[in-house]
Amino acid sequence: MDSRQNIKRLLTLGLILLSCLVLFFAQGFLSSFNIRILNLAAIFVILGASMNLVLGFTGMFSLGHAGFMCVGAYVSAILTMSPASKELIYYMEPIIPPLANVHWPVFPAIVMAGVVAAFFGFLIGFPALRLRDDYLAIATLGFGEIIRIIVTNTITITNGSLGLKDIPSIKSLWIYWGFAIATIWILKQLINSSWGYAFKAIRDNEIAAEAMGIDVFKHKLLSFTVGAFFAGLAGALMGHLITSVDPTMFRFLFTFQILLIIVLGGLGSLTGSVIAGVVVTVSMEFLRFVEQPINLFGLIIPGIPGMRMVIFSLLLLMVILFYRQGLMGTREFNWDWILDKLGVARRKERGVA
Amino acid sequence: MELYLQTLANGISLGSLYALIAIGYTMVYGILRLINFAHADLLMVAGYIAFYGIMVFALPWWFSFLIAIALTALLGVSIEKIAYRPLRNAPRISVLISAIGVSFLLENLGIVAIGARPKSFPRPEELVWNIKLGDISFLSLTVIIPIVTLLLLVAVTYMVNKTKTGTAMRAVSRDFETASLMAVDVNKVVSTTFLVGSSLAAVGGILYSLQYPQIDPLMGVFPGLKCFIAAVMGGIGSIPGAMLGGFILGMGEVFLVAFMPELSGYRDAFAFVILIFILLFKPTGILGENVVEKV
Amino acid sequence: MEGYESHIYLGEVNGGTMFKKKYVTVITLLLVAAFALAGCGGGGGEKKDAAQDAASDVIKIGVYEPLTGTNAAGGEMTVEGIKLANQLFPEVLGKKVELVIVDNKSEKQEAANAVERLVSKDKVNVIIGSYGSSLSMAGGPIAKDAGIPVIGCSPTNPAVTLGNDYYFRVCFIDPFQGTVMANYAFDKLGAKKAAIIQDVQQDYSVGLNNYFEKSFKKLAGEDAIVAKVNYNTGDKDFSSQLTAIKDKKPDVIFAPGNFTESGILVEKARELGITCPILGGDTWESEEFLNRVKNTKDVYFSTHFDSTQPVTEMSKKFKEEYEKAYAGKQVNAFGALGFDSYILALDAMKKANSADPKAIRDALAGTKDFEGATGLITLDTNGDATKTAIIKKVADGNFVYEGKVDPK
Repeated sequence: MDSRQNIKRLLTLGLILLSCLVLFFAQGFLSSFNIRILNLAAIFVILGASMNLVLGFTGMFSLGHAGFMCVGAYVSAILTMSPASKELIYYMEPIIPPLANVHWPVFPAIVMAGVVAAFFGFLIGFPALRLRDDYLAIATLGFGEIIRIIVTNTITITNGSLGLKDIPSIKSLWIYWGFAIATIWILKQLINSSWGYAFKAIRDNEIAAEAMGIDVFKHKLLSFTVGAFFAGLAGALMGHLITSVDPTMFRFLFTFQILLIIVLGGLGSLTGSVIAGVVVTVSMEFLRFVEQPINLFGLIIPGIPGMRMVIFSLLLLMVILFYRQGLMGTREFNWDWILDKLGVARRKERGVA
Repeated sequence: MELYLQTLANGISLGSLYALIAIGYTMVYGILRLINFAHADLLMVAGYIAFYGIMVFALPWWFSFLIAIALTALLGVSIEKIAYRPLRNAPRISVLISAIGVSFLLENLGIVAIGARPKSFPRPEELVWNIKLGDISFLSLTVIIPIVTLLLLVAVTYMVNKTKTGTAMRAVSRDFETASLMAVDVNKVVSTTFLVGSSLAAVGGILYSLQYPQIDPLMGVFPGLKCFIAAVMGGIGSIPGAMLGGFILGMGEVFLVAFMPELSGYRDAFAFVILIFILLFKPTGILGENVVEKV
Repeated sequence: MEGYESHIYLGEVNGGTMFKKKYVTVITLLLVAAFALAGCGGGGGEKKDAAQDAASDVIKIGVYEPLTGTNAAGGEMTVEGIKLANQLFPEVLGKKVELVIVDNKSEKQEAANAVERLVSKDKVNVIIGSYGSSLSMAGGPIAKDAGIPVIGCSPTNPAVTLGNDYYFRVCFIDPFQGTVMANYAFDKLGAKKAAIIQDVQQDYSVGLNNYFEKSFKKLAGEDAIVAKVNYNTGDKDFSSQLTAIKDKKPDVIFAPGNFTESGILVEKARELGITCPILGGDTWESEEFLNRVKNTKDVYFSTHFDSTQPVTEMSKKFKEEYEKAYAGKQVNAFGALGFDSYILALDAMKKANSADPKAIRDALAGTKDFEGATGLITLDTNGDATKTAIIKKVADGNFVYEGKVDPK
């Protein structure tokens, strides 16, 4: 057993080194377009994992993720933009004084974005989490829309529909994937803690969980708030990736894309969310070819804009109808599984020892 | 005074439209306990079929409307068969995801097949004209829509309460298994419900297209969401409740904008705020029954 | 309550599912690998492209426009104009011009991806786009970083070109348009009281209204704006907003916005018995809007181009060719702006005698009295076009030329 533990530790270390190496080479050799797509993938990994915590692990059908992203994106944008460009961009109505001169470094601003989003999550979760299933879905969808509508209408804080631009740009893969890996690690710790077991108990049967003495409401609120925190973080990163934000970015469509990721990956599997997050983001870009005219042996098929979304909607339906557990079900990546696959011998050795 | 009367007329026309669509939602929810997200897109489908019937196939408008209703009802039934029935014993989240999937598929197919550019919906002269009463002026639809809604409400209420199918529906909505043990053909009842619900959506979609004569593939999304809210407000599963909810929501929106113009940007938030209050203080809605959670 | 049994049993070994699962895992891994390879392929090919660039016999013009989503109609019209220009002028500097058109789905992150793709994967020399200012703002910084100049066809928000030396545009901007309409309302229509209806979700509508309000107050006094109401993109019921406005009895209503919402809004206003003139902006010039309002009168809007009053030789040519190429479609301002963006790009290359992006940028910055289909274009220090605005009105079921306003 001991030796196996050591092997696993070594493997983990190796994996970390390997991913650093991969990031290093990717950063150095990939074109800026490919890097952008990978960065976007990291953001969707964070979104997928955090929504999976709420939906897949705690069983709460929340559709408000886009709203929390919106909060996060705006918080980080307003904190990091330079006072000069704020003056330029709020040309219709100036920004209110205390915010006009703040100029934070990027890193604390992103964390702050998560904290503010979490606070909103807490506020919203308090009333909304008394509801269940479809009621919760529609209420959180509503809260997401309300956030967006408020952001649109409070011009002296958010510049309304004019949006913000000149948000400090982050291009490095290290930062996006650093955040993504940190998110996964934190969520993994949470899920494997006693809190995590309580989440899963609530998901599987709320009434039974309550009967076992789990404070259902408190746990739901925690899961929801943590989910909102990471959504805010991802929103902030999104802002720094695109360098401009406006309220129409965070429509319900966004939540749909995240939903697609966690369903494909498996409700209740972080590993699944990671894989699906990358695959969906990359193929979203890759599938552009279906929208462009295709020349098939001299036969020209005109490109149809919108075809990608049809493919993704169909994919979502197919998975939910025929392969409901998705890619990973509720299983996670783990070394034991790989070791077992690689060498049954090890197991036998251990048996002898 | 004129302002009040005009606003009242506006409210009646919007409210009755909401009410009509909400009835369809509430029927499906009552039976399957499922937000049929695709219901909203059936409005769009009906609008487009009616549009093509009149504009391309040059059919008389009433015939085109009938075809639209029939085809939309058929589509509604097939959606249930294909996307909801296989998941009947699955977790509720799966069915909801499936519903969202169907809704997105219909919208995106619409964009691919028809294009995202809106089309102008024809208004038959026999049906739509301007009425002037002193300083107030409104479309004939302001009168026609509430009448249609009332007629359909009566018809649906009669069907649910007085016919054999209606009895079966009520039985199924109480308990699937018990109903099937009592020799109720559950699948048939569910299909009938979707048939009726989708027809109502089709009528709603056509009236909506007449009232706001510009149709596009995403036209159903917002009315759909709001009408679901109306159904929840009135007490989901309750048909008079849906009617009441639709009217409260429609009137509320219109009065909010007319008398507090500075808040008009928050109009869409209004529906959600009401929803959240209702859910918190009387989750069963105004006319809903109390249902105790079963273990 | 039946919950997640299906999930719980997944971990158990079950021959059938296990096999399927392995299969799926393998396929996914293969897919990921394929994508990664495709990505690397792109990355590897990059240097080759750069080396070939000087010798390559095509010049690439990238186009990012919304072909799906809420702005699809505008994007479609613009692309029609660009394609037309490409058919008429397929060559520059002795090389073939190739259009690379990508859809930005009317979404910001897609717009950013699209531009990144154009600059780093397709290696375009110059970019045209995009309808919708927020989409242009998402693409702008990326093009700037890559040093590729962009010509905007119709983004009218001033912020698009602010602080971005690589962004130019062939259209006028919101402050100008809003001011023009305020002057028109006051001077020509003799309005003393105005009401404003704006789409709060749309930068275009909010921006135009803001400048209209400021100018009109300057002209007619501080309380000249008698009502200001809002709606949201996608709304269809404007009865209550209009009823509130009717109560205030304004002389004129300013209601710029998407043609989709505005069409219904204007029609509704007339149904409610509001007879005063209704004014809007350039987005109104579309068939859909015309279909809605053709039986009404006193509807005015500012725009970039009028086919009945060709300002330049190019306008005539554009009109003739457009009617030939797209029979049955209305000649429109967005097509004309797309057309102008393209020929302006070619002109800059000719002037620079090079397809090098930096040289094109410098040539563009010096644009003066360029003869486009929409008039004479001069670019100011921000890269914004100063040019004549055309005012049109609806009459006899058509858009009719009403007058023009020259920039001061």
